[in-house]
Amino acid sequence: MSRLKILTEHINKPEITGIEGYIKNGGYRSVEKALKKMQPDEVTEEVKKSGLRGRGGAGFPTGMKWSFIFKGSDKPRYLLCNADESEPGTFKDRLLMEKIPHLLVEGMIVSSFALGVRTAYIYIRGEYMYIMHILQQAIDEAYAKGYLGENVLGSSYSLDLHVHPGGGAYICGEETALIESLEGKRGNPRIKPPFPAVEGLWGCPTIVNNVETICKVPFIINEGGEAYAKIGIGASTGTKLISACGNINKPGVYEIELGVPVEEFIYSDEYCGGIKGGKQLKALVPGGSSVPILPQRLITTTAKGEPRLMSYESLADGGFATGSMLGSGGFIVFDEDQCVVRNTWNFSRFYHHESCGQCSPCREGTGWMEKILHRLEHGHGRMEDIDLLWDVQRKIEGNTICPFGDAAAWPVAAAIRHFRDEFEWHVLQPQEATRRNYGMGRSAEPIEQVTV
Amino acid sequence: MPKVTIDNITIDVAPGTTILNAARMIGENVPPAMCYYSKLKGSGGKCRVCLVKVTKSSEQNPRGMPKLVASCCTQIADGMVVENVTSPEVIEARKGVVELLLINHPLDCPVCDQAGECHLQDLSYEHGAATTRYDFGRRTFDKIDIGPYIQLHMTRCILCYRCVYVADQLTNERRHGIINRGDAAEISTYIQNVIDNDFSGNVIDVCPVGALTDKTFRFKSRVWFTKPMNAHRNCDKCSGKVTLWFQGEEVLRVTGRKDNYGEVDEFICNTCRFETKQKSDWVIEGPRRIDTHSVIAQNHLPYELDVVHPQIEAAQ
Ligand SMILES: Cc1cc2nc3c(=O)[nH]c(=O)nc-3n(C[C@H](O)[C@H](O)[C@H](O)COP(=O)(O)O)c2cc1C
Ligand code: SF4
Ligand code: SF4
Ligand code: FES
Repeated sequence: MSRLKILTEHINKPEITGIEGYIKNGGYRSVEKALKKMQPDEVTEEVKKSGLRGRGGAGFPTGMKWSFIFKGSDKPRYLLCNADESEPGTFKDRLLMEKIPHLLVEGMIVSSFALGVRTAYIYIRGEYMYIMHILQQAIDEAYAKGYLGENVLGSSYSLDLHVHPGGGAYICGEETALIESLEGKRGNPRIKPPFPAVEGLWGCPTIVNNVETICKVPFIINEGGEAYAKIGIGASTGTKLISACGNINKPGVYEIELGVPVEEFIYSDEYCGGIKGGKQLKALVPGGSSVPILPQRLITTTAKGEPRLMSYESLADGGFATGSMLGSGGFIVFDEDQCVVRNTWNFSRFYHHESCGQCSPCREGTGWMEKILHRLEHGHGRMEDIDLLWDVQRKIEGNTICPFGDAAAWPVAAAIRHFRDEFEWHVLQPQEATRRNYGMGRSAEPIEQVTV
Repeated sequence: MPKVTIDNITIDVAPGTTILNAARMIGENVPPAMCYYSKLKGSGGKCRVCLVKVTKSSEQNPRGMPKLVASCCTQIADGMVVENVTSPEVIEARKGVVELLLINHPLDCPVCDQAGECHLQDLSYEHGAATTRYDFGRRTFDKIDIGPYIQLHMTRCILCYRCVYVADQLTNERRHGIINRGDAAEISTYIQNVIDNDFSGNVIDVCPVGALTDKTFRFKSRVWFTKPMNAHRNCDKCSGKVTLWFQGEEVLRVTGRKDNYGEVDEFICNTCRFETKQKSDWVIEGPRRIDTHSVIAQNHLPYELDVVHPQIEAAQ
């Protein structure tokens, strides 16, 4: 533990789950400070100064989002914590909520205070039911201690916090679908505008933030936005939880300071501990199933030859042609024995299953992509299928109601872009492709492949 | 009033007007609409066939929009410049959406009562390729009778949600909705349930395809062999203004009066639609003018079209 840990410093202490242990380790100080010494706008100001960006995937500056909340009406305002965490490869919010639930409760109180919110919700994925009980227990304790309810800590500020389970759909993590679902409706994303900051839950101004985002707020208030902004690199300030999985020696959730080189993250013993069995690294999905997959030659260095860092900017360097995204921090490592076609098919199976079906390109296109990929993977593919697949993903991307369509299209596009030889091999050697995997192929070759 | 330019034609429209409605006011090169229905609040945004390209967002913001936008739910801004048929990108994307709408469609037009007045048919004719690249099995459902008058043939549904909005906005109790997700989503009463309401028959008129059809008209004739006449009667439930579809002296079908975008002027009640099918029930006003681009116009004299002024909903 050589580096600064903002969220996970105390996470392995057994007493941290209960409110007494949490307070003993410095918990709830930010509530005292904000309510007793600060104005709501000053809290927002600190968050702006911190440069904190949303940890749900898009990386939108949190302070700026908060300043968009519509204050021109006397309607109630809502803060919703997005704990729907369902992206394949992403399992970081779960760690926080399970191990240190009071951090989220504390963050919710301070954030709600900043936004003038009187009722806040944590919307948690239904499969995390056991965590919901942990959170409920923490909320009950916070009520009992006077951190929640009428006149928090004797101030004029009152807050109610509820935790609400989702029905088991990935799409309910999209913020407007989450709002619909919380209202008791089918979780279909809404058409934007209006944006939730103006018309969200029950038509009232609403802010939706990810669990990890909210959990950063106590540190920012305790230590100051500038202190937070000093951590990290450039516009990627602070720390980020990365849930690492795949063919690595030490899968798990790591809190990293943004800016750590990808190479160090994969190979150092502090983090992933290298590729399992000393095999070669073949590919990386750095930010959850929705982001483009990278071939070996683009993982540790960018196309420009600079070291690739764990930051919003560096991971995206090169755009779609040679870059990817930090996304939600679901870091999936593939070794030389993994099949990119099979993995792409697996992801597409997920998107086909999870599309809400509201808009035609996504509803129909996700199913079509899955069927083509199934055929390719199982030795019945044709050469034309590769171009067809490329064309179908292109017809979806950018043409849908919500970003789910893009999330379904990007992994397919990137796999074809960087691993076309492997797709072709599946067509040319159908028998062999069902028996063994392709291996490294051209993934490690330094030359630039011709993109489609 | 704000100015908007669509395919090089500039028009002044009220603030809050959508691009689609501005295009309808211009009357040329109007983007197609499979899910938007001006009389149904909240409709639109789903089918994505109305996509257009905004090359200039407004007078203040000369940049275009990064993605194509759904014209039915994007409001104009002063100085906005939009490309519809003048943009090859739009035409290609629209072609793509039509292809996707068709991959699970049964294309059973020869036995479909909607044939001839089906928007998907018109759209495929204009944008579709003659062949399909989809060679997997298509999604199918059993036909369901929802009450004595309406049949649901889910296999043909394009999930435009119009019938759901009709039930929400016209009837006092919605009995059907959408269940399941993705391409398994379906219009359903969940437990086979009768949709029984004075205005339920309007789901047939708003359905852009042959998913909801009139059982009293089923297989009686092809629509292009029937002759439409405007007619009215005194009705205590609705305006009583309808279109009667005749074969000889026999009224085969009663529908609302549809404009050139396939939208009814006024919703009608089930008594007018299903239970008053004698010619003597009605005061005949004269022949109904049919949009000449539609297949059903083929057997009729070309009439001049009624010019329709779309109702523009105020900015939300
Ligand atoms: C299909 C889809 C699924 C999403 N799932 C989640 C999720 O599980 N958790 C989450 O925090 N954000 C998720 N998001 C992002 C949210 O829409 C939203 O941007 C985020 O919660 C905002 O919080 P942040 O600004 O703190 O990141 C999802 C987005 C999409 C399009
Ligand atoms: S893009 Fe997919 S998930 Fe999003 S609204 Fe459309 S159908 Fe639903
Ligand atoms: S049944 Fe018809 S009106 Fe209803 S959603 Fe399907 S296509 Fe639309
Ligand atoms: S008419 Fe605009 S999306 Fe369907």
